[in-house]
Amino acid sequence: MDAAPAVLEARNLRVGFRIPGGTMRAVDGVSFALRQGETLGLVGESGSGKTMTSLALLRLLESPPAELAAEAILFEGRDLLRLSEGAMADLRGARLSMIFQEPMTSLNPLMAIGRQIDEPLVTHLGLSARAARARTLDLLARVGIARPEQAVRAYPHQLSGGMRQRVMIAIALACRPAVLIADEPTTALDVTVQAQILALLRTLQEEMGTAILLITHDLAVIAETAHRVAVMYAGRIVETGPVAALFARPLHPYTEGLLRSIPRISRVREATLPEIPGVVPAPGQLPAGCAFAARCGFADDACHATRPVLTPSGEGREVACWKPRHG
Amino acid sequence: MLSYVGRRVLQSVPLLIGVSIIGFALMHLAPGGPLAVYTLNPTITNQDIERIRIVLGLDQPVHIQYFKWASGMATGNWGYTFFGGRPVLGVILERMPATFLLMGSALSLAILIGCTIGVLGAVRRYSVFDMMATSGAMVALSFPTFWFGLMAIYLFAIKLGWLPSGGMYELGEEDNLLDLVRHLILPCLVLALVITAVWSRYTRSAFLEVMHQDYMRTAKAKGLRAPARLLRHALPNALKPLIALLGIELPALFSGALVTETIFGWPGMGRLFVDALNMKEYPVLMGMIMFTALFVIVGNLVADILIALLDPRVRLS
Ligand SMILES: Nc1ncnc2c1ncn2[C@@H]1O[C@H](COP(=O)(O)OP(=O)(O)OP(=O)(O)O)[C@@H](O)[C@H]1O
Ligand SMILES: [Mg+2]
Repeated sequence: MDAAPAVLEARNLRVGFRIPGGTMRAVDGVSFALRQGETLGLVGESGSGKTMTSLALLRLLESPPAELAAEAILFEGRDLLRLSEGAMADLRGARLSMIFQEPMTSLNPLMAIGRQIDEPLVTHLGLSARAARARTLDLLARVGIARPEQAVRAYPHQLSGGMRQRVMIAIALACRPAVLIADEPTTALDVTVQAQILALLRTLQEEMGTAILLITHDLAVIAETAHRVAVMYAGRIVETGPVAALFARPLHPYTEGLLRSIPRISRVREATLPEIPGVVPAPGQLPAGCAFAARCGFADDACHATRPVLTPSGEGREVACWKPRHG
Repeated sequence: MLSYVGRRVLQSVPLLIGVSIIGFALMHLAPGGPLAVYTLNPTITNQDIERIRIVLGLDQPVHIQYFKWASGMATGNWGYTFFGGRPVLGVILERMPATFLLMGSALSLAILIGCTIGVLGAVRRYSVFDMMATSGAMVALSFPTFWFGLMAIYLFAIKLGWLPSGGMYELGEEDNLLDLVRHLILPCLVLALVITAVWSRYTRSAFLEVMHQDYMRTAKAKGLRAPARLLRHALPNALKPLIALLGIELPALFSGALVTETIFGWPGMGRLFVDALNMKEYPVLMGMIMFTALFVIVGNLVADILIALLDPRVRLS
């Protein structure tokens, strides 16, 4: 896995919102590489900029109000920032797909399911309506929807949240993309359905070799699904590394706090330790130093004064902290 | 779907009955009652009025009168005019083609132009075009229709002499289509102006609302280009509230037509209504009220059916 080349790489990605008296940085210099066939987890609390990052990668941000800047977003060797809107449209849904947090509202309520899955097949692969429909039926079966012949005629309101998310997955994977960005694909679903959807993503990934950027605020999901993980805090990545090593020995105090807040993991730690006090600073009110310093039990003057940058710390790990744990 | 239509038809029956009761009551509450107009005529004596009252059945209790009148309405006998004794339904239907021609042409024009402006305004929000369209609509909506009508007559009929100032035909040109079109242009444009302004606003906000929905982002994430996203995904969803609004706007359209017809001497139902009002032709006024109500109710019914055809959530519930 480590040897696999990067299929999607973000370099110094920034997303800002123009507000009265300046620009508010929702994503503030995020860099990461997603390797062929792997699952990279992107975790962080609500408001840390996960959705903005994922929308930025596909150039789906609404601009205005959002403003996207980056050194580069490399996908299969091409810089997405330099592509025309038409060339970008040719990639979206074909090589680079996305599924969203809200399966309830992400499908067109007036269009039958079948037509919504046919669309990318016809658009990107140039299939005839009949050939596309045959593929659609096959896809529906593969995402675990019983009786595809009936399902193609159903409308979104007739399906449960889990079923709709399966349909979204069918749409996203219809053209066998190289990369799937999944923005909290299971957050809106209940626990058993959540596990089914994650298992489905894993199976399809193995079949198709698709690399997945799995965005979530739930470390348990990462533990089950991802190979590597990047922890995001206030628009920046604060720690990244292979899942097993990072879970066993978190380096950043924020990662440590996050891990402590999942019951299943905290068994191995001292369960009585308090969770992270305080809240994420709002974008635009970021301090000069480490964004986490105000909530960190280990912060000193240096932490408040200067912002730490991501620094390699061996075993393919990186951390942005002046006083890493287990250091 | 059929049961849905059946249900909606049944729902409109009490509405129609309600309108008929209110209309009937208004006629009887009018100053002097239905026969007030005769008292102005010096050759008619009090005894004459009494006789007319009995002949017209106005001496009977109000509810009996209502039932007689209502059952007549239901069977197509809409009563007779006070002057001339002509059947009311015939008098109204005679004027219908002129009104429908004016309303239909103005509405089609307005929807075509208004929706185009609205879609462009939504797609290019806050652009120069959008700003101009917005202020243009505000100007059009802040002047009364009759002012535009008078200005149009002054400019195009009197000053420039390009178009006739009123009426539907020149004398002896009843079969000349070109002559009809020349007469139609000014009233149609004046009536269309306000509707265009209203519809450009409605369309703009309907599209803006839709374009920020999650499924539009999905459509973009699928790799669809802008035209496909607009036509296949945004349009049907935006059409839904617009069709509902069309139903709701029908009475306003009707009253707009009434004003326009009066200004341009267009021989339609609007003129008929004004004339009937001046002459206290209560049977005609009642007939007009019922006709309008029927038209609006049927219009809304059609709108509801179109919405059900468009939206499976309505159709399949
Ligand atoms: N239209 C906007 N204008 C201004 N700020 C915005 C806008 N949209 C998002 N933001 C800000 O961007 C920041 C990042 O939002 P984002 O949706 O990426 O968070 P997230 O990590 O996905 O959170 P969640 O777990 O709730 O989905 C938030 O703090 C939010 O306030
Ligand atoms: Mg989010």
